[in-house]
Amino acid sequence: MAKYTLKINGKNQTVDVDPATPMLWVLREHLNLPGTKYGCGVAACGACTIHVDGNAVRSCQLPVSSVKKQAITTIEGLSPTGDHPVQRAWLEHDVAQCGYCQAGQIMSAVALLKNNPNPSEEDINGFMSGNICRCGTYTRIKAAIKSVAKP
Amino acid sequence: MENNQKNYNRRSFLKVSALSGGGMMLGVSWLAAANTKLTELGADLEAFQNGQTLNAYVQIGSDNIVKIMCHNPEFGQNVKTSLPMIVAEELDVDWKDVIVEQAPYDTKLYPRQFTGGSQSVRSTWRPLRNAGAAARDMLRSAAAQTWNVPQEEVTTKVGVLHHEKSGKSAKYGEMAAKAATLTVPKDLKLKSAAERKIVSTSRKNVDGKSIVTGKPMFGMDYQKPGMLIAMMVQPPAFGLKLKSYDASEALKMPGIKQVFTIEVFPDSMERGGFDTRTFNEFVVVVGYNTWEVMNARKKVKAEWEKAPEKKEIFGGFGGQKNERITPAGLESTSEHLVKMKEMVKQSARVLRKDGDPEAAFKNAAQVIERTYNAPFLAHNTMEPMNCFAEVTDSQAFVAGPVQAPEFVEQTLIKRLGLPADKVDIHLTRMGGGFGRRAYAHYMVEAALISRQAKAPIKLVYSREDDMTYGIYRPMYTATYRAALDANKKLLAFHVIGGGIPENPVHANRFPAGALDNYLAEGWEIPSNVTIGAFRAPRSNFNAAAEQSFMDELAEAMGKDPMDLRLELLERAKTNPVGKNNDYDPDRYAGVLKLLREKSGWDKPENKGKNLGLAAYFCHNSYAGHVIEMKIKDGQPYAESVVSAIDCGVVINPDAAKNMVEGAVIDGIGCALYGNMSFKNGKPEHNNFNTYRMIRMPEIPKRIDVHFVQNDIDPTGLGEPPFPPVFGALANAIYRATGKRQYNQPYLQEEPKTQG
Repeated sequence: MAKYTLKINGKNQTVDVDPATPMLWVLREHLNLPGTKYGCGVAACGACTIHVDGNAVRSCQLPVSSVKKQAITTIEGLSPTGDHPVQRAWLEHDVAQCGYCQAGQIMSAVALLKNNPNPSEEDINGFMSGNICRCGTYTRIKAAIKSVAKP
Repeated sequence: MENNQKNYNRRSFLKVSALSGGGMMLGVSWLAAANTKLTELGADLEAFQNGQTLNAYVQIGSDNIVKIMCHNPEFGQNVKTSLPMIVAEELDVDWKDVIVEQAPYDTKLYPRQFTGGSQSVRSTWRPLRNAGAAARDMLRSAAAQTWNVPQEEVTTKVGVLHHEKSGKSAKYGEMAAKAATLTVPKDLKLKSAAERKIVSTSRKNVDGKSIVTGKPMFGMDYQKPGMLIAMMVQPPAFGLKLKSYDASEALKMPGIKQVFTIEVFPDSMERGGFDTRTFNEFVVVVGYNTWEVMNARKKVKAEWEKAPEKKEIFGGFGGQKNERITPAGLESTSEHLVKMKEMVKQSARVLRKDGDPEAAFKNAAQVIERTYNAPFLAHNTMEPMNCFAEVTDSQAFVAGPVQAPEFVEQTLIKRLGLPADKVDIHLTRMGGGFGRRAYAHYMVEAALISRQAKAPIKLVYSREDDMTYGIYRPMYTATYRAALDANKKLLAFHVIGGGIPENPVHANRFPAGALDNYLAEGWEIPSNVTIGAFRAPRSNFNAAAEQSFMDELAEAMGKDPMDLRLELLERAKTNPVGKNNDYDPDRYAGVLKLLREKSGWDKPENKGKNLGLAAYFCHNSYAGHVIEMKIKDGQPYAESVVSAIDCGVVINPDAAKNMVEGAVIDGIGCALYGNMSFKNGKPEHNNFNTYRMIRMPEIPKRIDVHFVQNDIDPTGLGEPPFPPVFGALANAIYRATGKRQYNQPYLQEEPKTQG
């Protein structure tokens, strides 16, 4: 066990955990931020996507010990009142079915648009291909992303 | 806590009393955050005060906010929005003033709290309209008594009561307390289609905001102070069972409290029809958090041995008991395929016979025979199986994702030996279901673990546990035969279908009824690979095989595939063969005609396109697709899809469209890539790195969804659009590649561009 002070959603938080613990479980079970979802544990589904200094990272493969001073953002911290333009676009397009994968989808989409504000069809397909949705809401996810893009 | 909740739950439907805000909810913090807040306005549970219960679905607050209970479990089919819309319509309120809450599980208050068979809307359309209309009537009655005027003269307009002659008016909230004391009326007048203002208009998902902000609402998110995490070690292969284990290393790992075994069902226990379980004995590791338990679990040294053949007694519907035999052995897909090939050659149990098919085949000028195969499929709900349980010797509380709480309640009562009023189930939002969560063995497991650990626990399945546990879509095969005369006229039709361990044939469906000579047969091969419902069970295979065969048959007959289907349906309508045809030829044809129009099927500019057609009837609805196939990077790519559905009245059109789009994408993914294979009993895939799921680059560029407009009582939508995707895709691939698709997943066949 070791103590880590992490910058999560703009706040410093200290946890005392096994250094190998993936951030996914640190967030979900030690910091009461269960919006980040467990889907596969092998970085193959994207449900656990968070931001590390604004970049999309699969938190199930990110040991807490590897996080230093980087800023971690989770779905809970994406915006103070849940009205980030991407979150609004998700509501406008009524994207969700079961909803389980959507936090990860949104975190991926936000990271995509941050670095590439006007992504092409191929850019979107490529960047979002790491996020699985068994309900098949991809059409709306893509439409929501396009609606936030800035040509 | 659980007892209080139970007492509340068991209040009779008619007994009414003032509610304290949120009084029915569990005192668990995660739920407060999960309560619905409508995105269209600001109404939320905190604002809901002094709610008056008019019936099990409707509570009205003094501030005129209306709380509507959604009684069915939500797994993405959007019932939590669509069912309350039906109530709100008849109640005559502003949808913006509605808040929705997941109802407690309570069979005394609610009929059929079951998500499955695409039946939620169909089975509750009338009860929910009555609930809304009854509440409105009680409010009018309360106003009439208060104002001392005849009830017939009291009208309503979006949440406000009026009496024109006296000029009196009052908000629903002002009359709710009095209305709550009245008896529930009968013989209610319901709105006509033309009068509807909420039903058949698009309304956003009431949980949308909670979903996009990551609020805890799923079983996996369930927490309670003092809760421990449990994970299980399951046999590595079907056909194996636990022989012995050594937990000494696991117990030394940090954060581990206990290691023990559980027996899910004793051999002697008669089980319910949905009490399927793959493995019966597990090593359970209990600790403080999931990561530590995952690690410790790897240190359990378990030895496995071959499980013997097992006879088990299942209680069926209507008190019928049946015996299921689970064979011994370590099965492999290669052997399954050999066995199925042998079975295909033999005759089987006759399921339906019209005319004299044997003679027709004997006299045929040409016989077309094709065999279709499909593999086991894993459900792969994005949220793996899980369940919270707090069980003592005297009572049980479980909370988790479950489609069929009524079934598992009976199982828990029996397995735990507790009276019905001491077993309580809480429904969490499900991260997908697709049939998988109708088999709630994980709730029984969680309950047994909690009782043994003497602590509240949450049982967590890893993705690997979830994917290798089973309850798969069965492996199927079907051989279709058609007899043609010298003029290419269709004389007879024969289907013989089988599966491991279930046969897929729907003997009374199309084209039964359209043919003078028809034979349907079925067979099964027993297996210890466990199976269960998977989005449109059996139909999801039949619509692939039958609709592929229909396409090939049309080609052999020199007919347009649309025309052949319509001609057969015309025959089934005007001069049906047999009496048990379980489809309506007119509605079936209606979907094809809509598809013909919307896809531009007959337009000259579309003649050169690779269009594949399929239409199918299941779960009381009719659905079809035309898929346009392109070849992209040497692979078949379904570029655009036109879909037509007849499911009667559509409650929430945009959400219904979402469901069809999802079914198309899910169908393409399962048909092209879905495959669970076995070697010596061991599943050959255990995670998404090798079990291929459809991803964004593979989805169509366009999916145009069209609903047949009618005022028929609503039927299913979650399942019906899924099966015909398989057939339309196979037929479109044929157009693009010249290669027929006989084996799923289609991508195994590596079709190449023709010419």
